[in-house]
Amino acid sequence: MLLLLLPLLGALVSAVEVKRPRGVSLTNHHFYEESKPFTCLDGSATISFDQVNDDYCDCKDGSDEPGTSACPNGRFHCTNAGYRPQYVPSSRVNDGICDCCDTTDEYNSGVVCENTCKEMGRKERETLQQMAEVAREGFRLKQALIDEASKGREEKQGKLAELQEGKKSLEEQVETLKTHKEAAEKPEKEAVEIHQKAWDGECPPAPPALGRIERERGGSSCRFAAGSPLAESLGREGRIGGTLDPNPLGPALVQVPLPKKPPHKATGEEPEEKMPPYDEATQALIDGRSLKMSLEKEISFDFGPLGEFAYLYGQCYELTNNEYIYRLCLFNRVSQKPKHGGSETNLGTWGSWAGPEDQKFSVMKYEHGTGCWQGPNRSTTVSV
Amino acid sequence: FSDKVSSTVVSMWDKIKNVFSPASVGLDFSFPGVEHVYGIPEHADSLRLRTTEGGDPYRLFNLDVFQYELYNPMALYGSVPVMLAHNPQRTLGIFWLNAAETWVDITSNTAGKTLFGKMLDYMQGGGETPQTDVHWMSESGIIDVFLLLGPSPNDVFRQYTSLTGTQALPPLFALAYHQSRWNYNDEDDVAGVDNGFDEHDIPYDVIWLDIEHADGKRYFTWDSNKFPRPREMLQRLAAKKRKMVSIVDPHIKVDSGYRVHNEIRSRGFYIKTKDGSDYEGWCWPGSAGYPDFTNPEMRAWWASMFAYDQYEGSLDNLYTWNDMNEPSVFNGPEVTIHKDAVHHGGWENRDLHNLYGFYVQMATAEGQVQRSRGAERPFVLTRAFFAGSQRYGAVWTGDNAAEWDHVKISIPMCLSLGLVGISFCGADIGGFFKNPESELLVRWYQVGAYQPFFRAHAHLDTVRREPWLFGDENKGLIRAAIRQRYALLPYWYTVFYRSYRTGQPVMRPLWVEYPQDVATFSIDDQYLIGDALLVHPVTEEGARGVQIYLPGKGEVWYDVGTQQKHHAPQTFYMAVTMSSIPVFQRGGSIVVRKERVRRSSECMRSDPYTLYVALSPQGTAQGDLFIDDGHTFNLESKAQYLHRRFSFSGNTLTASSADPKGSFESPAWIERVVILGAGKPAAVFLKETETRLGFQHEAETSVLTLRKPGINIGADWSISLR
Repeated sequence: MLLLLLPLLGALVSAVEVKRPRGVSLTNHHFYEESKPFTCLDGSATISFDQVNDDYCDCKDGSDEPGTSACPNGRFHCTNAGYRPQYVPSSRVNDGICDCCDTTDEYNSGVVCENTCKEMGRKERETLQQMAEVAREGFRLKQALIDEASKGREEKQGKLAELQEGKKSLEEQVETLKTHKEAAEKPEKEAVEIHQKAWDGECPPAPPALGRIERERGGSSCRFAAGSPLAESLGREGRIGGTLDPNPLGPALVQVPLPKKPPHKATGEEPEEKMPPYDEATQALIDGRSLKMSLEKEISFDFGPLGEFAYLYGQCYELTNNEYIYRLCLFNRVSQKPKHGGSETNLGTWGSWAGPEDQKFSVMKYEHGTGCWQGPNRSTTVSV
Repeated sequence: FSDKVSSTVVSMWDKIKNVFSPASVGLDFSFPGVEHVYGIPEHADSLRLRTTEGGDPYRLFNLDVFQYELYNPMALYGSVPVMLAHNPQRTLGIFWLNAAETWVDITSNTAGKTLFGKMLDYMQGGGETPQTDVHWMSESGIIDVFLLLGPSPNDVFRQYTSLTGTQALPPLFALAYHQSRWNYNDEDDVAGVDNGFDEHDIPYDVIWLDIEHADGKRYFTWDSNKFPRPREMLQRLAAKKRKMVSIVDPHIKVDSGYRVHNEIRSRGFYIKTKDGSDYEGWCWPGSAGYPDFTNPEMRAWWASMFAYDQYEGSLDNLYTWNDMNEPSVFNGPEVTIHKDAVHHGGWENRDLHNLYGFYVQMATAEGQVQRSRGAERPFVLTRAFFAGSQRYGAVWTGDNAAEWDHVKISIPMCLSLGLVGISFCGADIGGFFKNPESELLVRWYQVGAYQPFFRAHAHLDTVRREPWLFGDENKGLIRAAIRQRYALLPYWYTVFYRSYRTGQPVMRPLWVEYPQDVATFSIDDQYLIGDALLVHPVTEEGARGVQIYLPGKGEVWYDVGTQQKHHAPQTFYMAVTMSSIPVFQRGGSIVVRKERVRRSSECMRSDPYTLYVALSPQGTAQGDLFIDDGHTFNLESKAQYLHRRFSFSGNTLTASSADPKGSFESPAWIERVVILGAGKPAAVFLKETETRLGFQHEAETSVLTLRKPGINIGADWSISLR
């Protein structure tokens, strides 16, 4: 078509005059020499130059039609002066929709596009500046948290050693009393278990900062309980969003933290009171044992390469939308409860860090929640 | 059905009803010389109806069936009481015009006999003529039967659609790809999915919102948390030339704060109980009333609700889905309304049950026409249907499951519907219930791309399954299937236009085109789109190949993928990979495509065409192309359309008008002509201008590609090979 041949002759894109056919990038322009036959970039054919951008696809790789929609696999280069250059699929050339901010992809479709490159460039620079600011602040906070974590770890290890010491002498004492306590042994065991649970659920205070929660199963998301209407205001894939806080954890975390909330005590069941109390020595042993276990457990958690996530251990957050109350207890479990009564649904218990290889600590995975109807078990992905 | 028919029925009924109380009616029909009967949808069964001896008869009673069973005569969502009987000499039809619960028994004197047994009978001279007997029975009503005498299949289609109407010509976008699930959760979700298609460069035209979009399942409203700005959302879609469909079901929440309910109640438009109070049942919103769509005043009021100022937040790119219109009543008998519920004019539901869904879709489609003051063609999807529903839009096969048998059954289910007028049929791609493995999902897209209504849909509790969630390889396979659909849209649209004019099914069993070839009579794993494309989708897990039957003595077929020529008739094994969709173009046909696939069908409006000319052994071919603006009634009201004819003979390809009454300006032109089965010419000329055209010839496959004729699609021209 004549109309489409015209661009070859003169219509050039930018003010910096490098003569090149429509849709060709500066780096590629030397492949397109008007005086010579054109060889497809994959070498598959050589055609006369007037067949370049003549709105008919001659090259298997689409390289003869950089400026038209003729080739199914072609791409169109927009310079986008003021923003950044971009390739769009050839199928978006003259389809009536503005794709390039410099409007060059719509030259013959009748649609009038507005050049938005300058504006976009300005916005991008602003955003980058803000991100840099946040990153600086984040690194500062991160360092503080790391220091705190390593201090805490030392303390706990010290305490553990102490307990180890004390345990031995207590055990001796207990041995002498044990014969008198045969009857109490079974209830004691139960009590230990219950106590253990209670301890695990407890939520010591610490500063809040968290990302989004995404509910998933094995890589793709899982729906809400059968019969319960959809994730409504949750957003795509059951995403929970909160308000924006300055983020303390560095540039990977320019995400949306949950709203501030005082940490909650997990629903703690006290050990049953009905049993006869243990003698002091046994009680001390039991207490020591469970304290030891929980300390060991805490120390065993992966709180990041430098322990910078240790401060989140045991913290709980809640998010309420118009239908559910979501509760996230870090390194423990996630649950969902209908706002207007009804039973709680387990959305997963702490599994592991599950980010991509280079950002392992950007995603937490909580697994093995209640099963979906006809589907997999619920699970939750937390983006930090 | 036509007004004439219905008014006859009503007046006769009025007389009878005064005399008799409801009583069942029945009649036997015998088809001497017939061994194959078809039709009476909707059943999840083979195309060829089975004999029902020793089992239940085929049942026609519109029901919301939870997880339906396959190869079973149980009633499903819709009913069309039309049966076709066919043998090599003749095709006949029975239209049993009765909307009450209906049962059809089929017996045959050859059922169960082997070919050897039949031959033995014949040798001994004692063989009786094969005969199929059918017994029709309805719970109430009169015997009102139309015998459609054929004699050819196309005659039967013409006769039947002269009674009930032909398939409405859908707006072009409705033939493109639809992306649905229960539910896209909110405006962000919609935007994310919409962007996903662009990001992954997959075309789609329509995104669907299921029941969760409304405020507490109050249809015609939006949940203000999830969809606070529906018009802006619709405008964003419109900017990409895309559409949306929202669900509007016929159960209305009983809630004195809900305007729709208050109006229907105060106007007395609800179906009544036998005691005269408003009938209430349990459905998605809780307690619900059921508007009486058999009442013309109710339908007129309902239609008025689709006006832009009544349906707040709606725009002209919002279309409608009528689900649950059997009607579904969760706490009713068989999950539907009580038979003694009373409709307009005192009719009990038992008398007209199967018509309810028909009227729901009718009123909705009418509303869409009215909101544009009669300018725009409507698009409405319905689950329940009756004879004549083809006039109002599309149907789908309801709540299927992510199982291989379900993808397979979608073919005979849609073929059966096409035979009785309803061409615009599809099945939920991927399966509604359960989660498809990626292989099943890919295969289902490949099947759906070659069925008339092409929509992916999924249950609330299934894992998300947008096409890009299954890895790059599967994404590529799904994208390729969807792109094949878009490239073929000009052909689909033309076949729909022919169906609109003639009543012929869009998707048709082989025997419709080869009525004398007994080998085709029971085939329902392959079919034709129009008369030029034969499709045999892969529906087996782990398939390495498929058995293809190519019909037509002395004909040839061209594999659309490899352009290889095959002689017919023959059965052969075709090896397949995951990317294979076995499609064959009939020798002697011309299929027109648009090979520049864009992000939506509307973006392709001005794009150029490629003609695929598949030569017959005699070196001839013919085809046509219908074009209009793709969305208005101007084809009728202003004769604004082009119907082009292309024919090839004597080494000359000619374009002419197939219908001089129509005229339409299109900027589209012809970019390429591909001639399958052609020798290498010395030169190719566009005759009008004596311009030489460039060409390429592949000797191995005998494919000749003519480069850029560049002529406008509306022009008359001829190209000669010399």
